[in-house]
Parts: sequence; C-alpha cells; structure tokens
Amino acid sequence: MTALTTAPTPPRVGPPEKRRRRVGFSQRLSRWDVKVSPYLYVSPFFIIFAITGLFPLLYTGWVSLHHWTLIGGDAGYIGLDNFTAVFQQSEFWLSLRNTFMIFVLSSVPQVIIAIVLAAILNQNIRAKTFWRMGVLIPYIVAPVAVGLIFGQLFADQYGVINTALHAIGLPKIGWHSNTFASWSAIATMVNFRWVGYNTLIFLAAMQAVPHDLYEAAVIDGAGRMRQFFSITLPQIRATIIFVVITSTIGGLQIFDEPRTFDVYGTGGPSHQWETTTMYLWNLGWGPQQNLGRAAAVAWLLFVVIVIFALVNYFVSSRISTSENRGGKPAKRRSTARKGATR
Amino acid sequence: MSSVPMTAQTAGKGAARAAARRQGNGGFGSNRRPRWLTYTILGIVVLVSIAPLYYTLLLGSSDQTTISQHVIPQWLPDAIIFDRFRAVIDNGSFDFMRALSNSVIISVVTSLSVVLFSTLAGFSFAKLRFKGRRGLLVFVIATTAVPTQLGVIPLWIIVSDLGWQNQIQAVIVPALVSAFGVFWMTQYLESALPYELIEAARVDGASMIRTFWSVALPAARPAAAMLALFTFIQQWTNFFWPSIVLSQDNATLPVVVKLLQGSFHTDYSLVMAGVFLTTAPLIIVFILAGRQLVAGIMQGAVKG
Repeated sequence: MTALTTAPTPPRVGPPEKRRRRVGFSQRLSRWDVKVSPYLYVSPFFIIFAITGLFPLLYTGWVSLHHWTLIGGDAGYIGLDNFTAVFQQSEFWLSLRNTFMIFVLSSVPQVIIAIVLAAILNQNIRAKTFWRMGVLIPYIVAPVAVGLIFGQLFADQYGVINTALHAIGLPKIGWHSNTFASWSAIATMVNFRWVGYNTLIFLAAMQAVPHDLYEAAVIDGAGRMRQFFSITLPQIRATIIFVVITSTIGGLQIFDEPRTFDVYGTGGPSHQWETTTMYLWNLGWGPQQNLGRAAAVAWLLFVVIVIFALVNYFVSSRISTSENRGGKPAKRRSTARKGATR
Repeated sequence: MSSVPMTAQTAGKGAARAAARRQGNGGFGSNRRPRWLTYTILGIVVLVSIAPLYYTLLLGSSDQTTISQHVIPQWLPDAIIFDRFRAVIDNGSFDFMRALSNSVIISVVTSLSVVLFSTLAGFSFAKLRFKGRRGLLVFVIATTAVPTQLGVIPLWIIVSDLGWQNQIQAVIVPALVSAFGVFWMTQYLESALPYELIEAARVDGASMIRTFWSVALPAARPAAAMLALFTFIQQWTNFFWPSIVLSQDNATLPVVVKLLQGSFHTDYSLVMAGVFLTTAPLIIVFILAGRQLVAGIMQGAVKG
C-alpha cells in the first residue's frame, strides 16, 4: 500500500490499516492511483522510445534481409544477399578504414589533451568560471558548421594553415587530396569541438579526488608529476573509461564533419574520407537508393561499435589498472564516478 | 628524492604544507596561486577556441575577391556583414526564415518534452515503488549507450508511410524522449527530493500527479534547466536525421549550413556569413547560460 521506497523507514502513505473496512470510492481511487501512477509516469519514455528508437533498430535487421528500394519499397526476401554485396564493395572496407583512422586520430589526442587541460584548470587559478567557459566555446558550434569553417582553414590553396606552413618555409599539405592529411583535418574538427567538453568532465572527476591523498603524497616527497601519475590518473580511472566509451560510440558514427569537409559531401574523389555512416547515407539516399543494403551497413556498423566499445572498455580498464600499481588504494572511487560520469 | 632535514616538521598538523614548502612546489591540491605559465597556456587554449568563429566573422565581413587574395582579409569585423546576413536571408534557393523558425520550434518543443517526460519518469524511478523498477532502470541506462542513429532506415520508412516527409514532426517525435534525460533526472531526484516532502503532500490528500506537479517538479528545477539546455543545443546542432527527412524549402539551420555550401560555393564570404548567422543564437544562449552549461557538464553530463 505504500508507494514510497528505499527510505530507511518506509513512510506510510494512504489510509491506516484498520479503516480498510469502509473503503469509499475516493480511497479505492487513491489506492489505484498509488499502484498505477509509477507505471504511468515511466510509460511515455518507454512507449516513444520503443517506437522511435528500439523498433527501428531491430527492424533494420528485417530490412537488411530484403530487396528494399527508396521508391519501390519492399521487393521481397533475399536472404543475406545485401550483406554479401556490401562485403564485395571496396568502398565499404575503405569507409571502415577511414572511420577507424579518424576515430583513432581524434579520440586519443582528445583524451590526452583533455586530461592535461583539466589538470591545469584544477589549480587554484583566478577567474575559474571564465576559463571553464572559454574552453567550452567550441561545443556550441554545430558539427556541420565546424566542418565548413575547418574546410576553409584547411583549404589546399588559400587556407590559413597552408599559408602559415608556407610562410615558415614548410611545404603545403594537400588536406583534401592526401588521405592521411584529410583524416587528420577531420580529426582536428572533432577534437576542436569535444576537447573542452571532456576537459570539464575530467576536471569534475579530479575535484572529487580526496585531498588527503595529495597531502600524504607530498609528505612522502612526491613531486607534481609523480602526484599526477600516481594519484590523479588512477583516481579518475572510471571517468577515463566512461569518456573513452562515449567517444567510441559517437566517433564511429561520424558523419557531419566529413560530409561538409568539401562541397560535394561524398568523402573525396577516391573516398579518402568517406566514413561508414556516409556510405550508409550514400547507399540509401544517394544515387543507389537501396535501403536494403544501407540497412545491412547499419547493422554491420552497429556490430563494429559494440565490439569496439567492449574492446575499449577492457583496454582502458587494463591501462588504468596498471597505472594504479603505485599502490595507492583507489578508495572512494565511487565518489569520483558519481561526481563525474553521467 | 631530496633528503629531509632533521629539524623539519614531518608529522602532525601542517605537515603537508611544510613538506610542500620544502619541495618548492605547491602540488595539485595546494592553494598556491599558479604562475604565468598556467595562464599563458589557458590563454592560448581559449584563443584557439574562439579563433575559428572569429575567422568566420572576418571572412563574412569581406568579399570573395578579397578573400581569394588575402587569407586574412582584415583583422576586425565590419558592419558590411549585416548586408551579407540580409543576402543569406533573402536568397532564392532556400527559405532561411522558415529554417530558423523550424529550428526554434524543434529545439524548444523537444527541450520541454524531454524535461517533462524525464522528470516524470525520474520521479517514478527515484521515489516510487513498483514491480520491475530495477530492471526498467537498468534498461534505461543501457539504452543511453545504444547508437539509435543507426535506426534511420526504418525510421524513414515509418515517416514516409505516415506522409511526414519534409515535415518537422518527423524530427520532433523521435526526439521527444531521452534515455539520458531519464537517467539524469532519476539521479538528481534521488538526492534532491526528500521523502518527507512527498509524504507531507500525500498526507494533505494530494493525488500522485498533484504531488509530482507541486512537489517533485519544483524540486527538480535546477537539473531540469540543465537538461533543457543540453537538449536545446543538441537539437539546434542536429544534422544527420533532419538532412535526410527535410528538404530545402522546410529545413533546419544545420541543413541550411550544408545548403549554403552548395548554393554559394562561388562566394565563400557569403557562406561564412551564413555559418555565423546560424551559430549566433547559440552564442547568445552561451553568453546567458554558459555558466549553467559548465556546471551541468561538471555535474556529470553525457555527450549528446
């Protein structure tokens, strides 16, 4: 009869036991209210999510087994033909390679720079809010806009970056022609938008590290570097794992920045920077208009993301654990997690 | 490791501070003000953060001939950019004002809806008891990590069956709820809403929905404001799905950014003026609410 939960002593809600005999309409209504309301309140989320999130994801599997075109719709079951067709396309494998390389070039520097910046911000600096807001500015620029702006900065002929390189006597780089250069340019856009955001997450985690750990380290004669590697890093371990996982899930779906990197939006003349999500888009809504094959790619990418998220989880746990070998017990890790992740 | 002089304080109150003094550095946890190097690094980082936007402003204040000759056309923005804004708004190939109002409607409606449904579900998960509560909550948390973007193909099929192509409800409806939002509000209400308050409302005879409305919702306000802010920014910058389902006569601002690139690629100054124009509303939001945004992320936000 009580609707409230997990308090040390469950508070009583509703009429006391002995008056049960004369249950009036309003009381019955009230009891019904208490029973049904919790489900009613969570139901909008579950209903809308089931229709617009879960169902489409599962139905993608069904579509991928059919010959299904943009205009013609479902034209019958064809088994795994879409998958074999996709596997035979070199464009698919190129897109996976590009996605992976852009992901590596963006996430690794991103996490490292964000941790270092967070450590810098985690000092007793003046105008804290100003600096924190300052690093967050790129977050409000839409990824498409970032793509366009950096497409201009990285322009092959008259871009700022090539002009600067030329001015200091270095050769210009073909950002839109050289494959590796194009990955680096796109990774730079991702880093630009997300470094500040992740810095603040790491900063929050660092602020949750118990102060007495540092005091103890200072007494033991540890310098700042030693403190950073032996206390700060192991203590923010859970947050590092969290950031790595979220950037894996987001990074492997990258679309906006490479799509606006040049005017055509097809990932370069020889697919140098065409990512898997761009390939998916191209199959479904580009010239081929083949939703069945696009669905096959979506499923494959889904599997790749799950595998990568798991691999990254284990790798980053291992790395952070071995960093912990210094022997400082990682107590209050739960506090750090609560303070910083999600 | 330096040897510690015999006379130095090595234990007791203030030992750490004494040790730090001997070390000649403050350590990360100390109250010592950092030196100029810190501010130099931070200054460079903030400059790099602003530079691309400022550069956009400079290019937009120029014209195609100038920017094809000078990489940096001038060092200060010019009022001429307002003429360029006008040109972008009045262009013949897409409806800019329509895109602006669509972006506003989509961002506002989804923010309100995400906040309402997340607070409702969060109240239920955090404070009410029902069968299956734990399981459902675990499901919500797992859902935050699911790349739902990969469901676009069936979403497109559903939308075209409903005849919603090129209509903004096709963008709004899938964004009405957020698993992250539910999780966020659950966590917040768990700690911010005392049981005593709910109990008091119930004793006074308030129905569950009345209790939610007059007790839980006011208590949730700080977290709700942050959630609204995140949802707003996320929708304002959302591109992938809108670019599939909307077309140039009924677009959103990110879709317009891509259209700008295609329509005016012979006049990059105009393109950049347009890019700045689409970003300007968020710059204003950032100036007004940037502090809350920082606090929200630090309280533990997730990538949108």
